[in-house]
Amino acid sequence: MTTHSLIVTGLAAGYGDSDILHDLDLTVPAGKITAIVGANACGKSTLLRAMSRLLKPRAGQVLLDGKSVHKTSPKELARTLGLLPQSPIAPEGITVADLVSRGRHPHQGLFGRWTREDDEAVRAALDVTKTGDIAERNVDELSGGQRQRVWIAMALAQETEVLLLDEPTTFLDINHQIEVLDLMTDLNQTRGTTIAMVLHDLNLAARYADYLIAMTAGRVHVSGSPETVLTEDNVRQVFGLESRVIADPTSGRPIMLPLGRHHVTQA
Amino acid sequence: MVTSSTLEIIVASRRRRQKKYVLVVGALAVLLVLIFAITLSVGHSFTPPGDVLRVLMGEAVPGASFTVGQLRLPRALLGLLAGLSFGLGGVAFQIMLRNPLASPDIIGISSGASAAAVFAIVVLSLKGPIVSVLAVSAGLGVALAVYGLSFRNGVAGTRLILVGIGVSAMLESVVAYILSQAPAWSLQEAMRWLTGSVNGAQLDQSATLAIALAVCGGLLLSRARDIEALRLGDDMAAALGVRVSETRMIIIVTAVGLIACATAVTGPIAFVAFLSGPIAGRIVGDSGPVLLPAALIGAVLVLGGDYAGQFLLASRYPVGVITGALGAPYLIYLIIRVSRAGGSL
Repeated sequence: MTTHSLIVTGLAAGYGDSDILHDLDLTVPAGKITAIVGANACGKSTLLRAMSRLLKPRAGQVLLDGKSVHKTSPKELARTLGLLPQSPIAPEGITVADLVSRGRHPHQGLFGRWTREDDEAVRAALDVTKTGDIAERNVDELSGGQRQRVWIAMALAQETEVLLLDEPTTFLDINHQIEVLDLMTDLNQTRGTTIAMVLHDLNLAARYADYLIAMTAGRVHVSGSPETVLTEDNVRQVFGLESRVIADPTSGRPIMLPLGRHHVTQA
Repeated sequence: MVTSSTLEIIVASRRRRQKKYVLVVGALAVLLVLIFAITLSVGHSFTPPGDVLRVLMGEAVPGASFTVGQLRLPRALLGLLAGLSFGLGGVAFQIMLRNPLASPDIIGISSGASAAAVFAIVVLSLKGPIVSVLAVSAGLGVALAVYGLSFRNGVAGTRLILVGIGVSAMLESVVAYILSQAPAWSLQEAMRWLTGSVNGAQLDQSATLAIALAVCGGLLLSRARDIEALRLGDDMAAALGVRVSETRMIIIVTAVGLIACATAVTGPIAFVAFLSGPIAGRIVGDSGPVLLPAALIGAVLVLGGDYAGQFLLASRYPVGVITGALGAPYLIYLIIRVSRAGGSL
C-alpha cells in the first residue's frame, strides 16, 4: 500500500478579486482521517477545491507527493486524488450502477473501453457502501442517505488513495451521518485511504478523525489530534462560543458541550 | 455469494445499457435513412428506388435526373446536414449549461447568426462561405455578449437564459427590419430567415455545411465522454479528471460553429436545436452519451418536418413552421414544469 503526502504551503486562493484563503500551510497526514472544521465562510470548501485542482491558487502550492497538483494532468491526478463535492448533480433518470460506473472515468481511454478491472472496482464500491441491492434503481428515487452512499460509491470506484469530501454528512439524519462516517473509517482501515473531509459537527469530527484542522478566516487556526484541537479555548477562538469539553464516555475522545444562555445549571 | 452476485448485476446492467444504446442509435439511423429515401423517391411524382439509385450513381435518367438530382437530393442533403448540426449544437449547449432551455435557438445564438446572414446577403449582397464565416463570427459574438451580460460572480444558468431570450428578441427584430427594407424579396425567402427553410437548396451549400459538420461535429463527438461527465456538475467532472474550462471552450466554439453554419444556409429552423436533446435524452435514458442520438433526432426532425410541410399538409409550409409547431408546446410545458417545481426558471 502506498502512502501519499499532501502538503499545502503558503496557499492564497479565492474567487473574483478577493482572497478567501491567506498564506495557508497544512499537512494532511498520510493514511489517516483528517477533519477540517470551522465557522461558515472560513474557507473550508475553498481549501478542498484548491487542494483538488478545481481552483487555481493565487500564491503558494498544493503538493501531492512533492509535485504541484496544479501542474499534474487532471486525469493523472484523478487517479490518485478524488473529491466528492458538496452538491454533485445526478443526471435525470440515471441508475445507481451507471452513476457509480462513471467514477471509472479517469481510468478509461478515449473510447471508454470497459475492462474487468472497471467492473471489479464498481463491484467493490457497491459492496463496501452496501448499495449493491439498489444498483438498478434510479438515483432520483433514493432517500438522502442512500443517495449519499451512492455518491461515495462513485468516488470509491475512482480508486484513489487520497479522498477529499466536502461535508459528506450534511442534510443526513444522524443515523445516516454515523453510517457515512463508519464507512469512511472502514475505508481508511481496509484500503489505507487517506481521507480529508469538511465536517460541520465538531463532536463527530473529534470522534472519527485522527487529525483535526480548525480554520478561521482563511487560515489554519490550530491543527493536531482531537484532544489538542477540541479545547474550550479553541472553540471560543474559532466559533466565538463558550463551551465545556469533556471526554466522551463511549470513545474517550473529547466532546464539546455548548453553554449558550439558557438551560445551563452547572457550568 | 454476495460479491459475485453484485458483479453479475453490474455486468448485466452494463450490457443492458450497451445493448439499448446500440439499438437506439441503430433504430434512429435506420429511421433517418428511411426518411431520406422517401424524400428522394416520393414527392409530387413517384420515382422508383432503382432510378433514384442510378441518379445517385451519376447516371442520366430521363425525368428522374432533374427531379431527384436537382430538386430532391440537394434539399434532402441540406436538411440532413442542417438537422445533424442543429441537434448536435443544441444538445451540447444544453448539457454544458445543464438546462434544456439553454439551447442556442433560445439564448440568441441562432438569431445572431441569422441576423448576420441576412445582413450579409441582403445589405452586402454576399454569397457562399463568406456568409457562413460572418454568421459564425456573429454567433460567437452573441455567445460572448450573452455570457458577459449575465456575468456576476460567475454565470448562473437562469440569468444567462433570460439575458439570452432578450438578446434573441432584439436580433429577431433586426432580421425583421432588414427583411422589411429589402425591396425584392419573396415571402419564401423571408420565411427562411424568420423560421428556417430548406427551399431552393443547392448542392454547394451542403458542401460548406458538410465541412463544418465534419470538423466541429467530429471534435465534439471525440469529447463525448468528457461532455457526458459535465452532467455531474463542473466540480464533479473536474474531480474525475475532465479539463472543464477546455471542454467548455470546445463546446462553445464547435456548437456555435455548427449552429451558425447551418443557420447561414437554412435560417434558424425553429426549435430543432432545442427539441433534439430532450427527445434524445428521453429515448436514450442512461444507456450512453446523448450527443450522437441528438444529432440523429435533429436530422429526423428537419427531414421529416420538411417532408410533412411539403407533401402531407393541405398547403406547403417551410420546415421551420412544422418544427416550430412541435417545439412551442414543449417550450411551454418545460416552463410550466420548472415553475411548478418551484424554480424561478
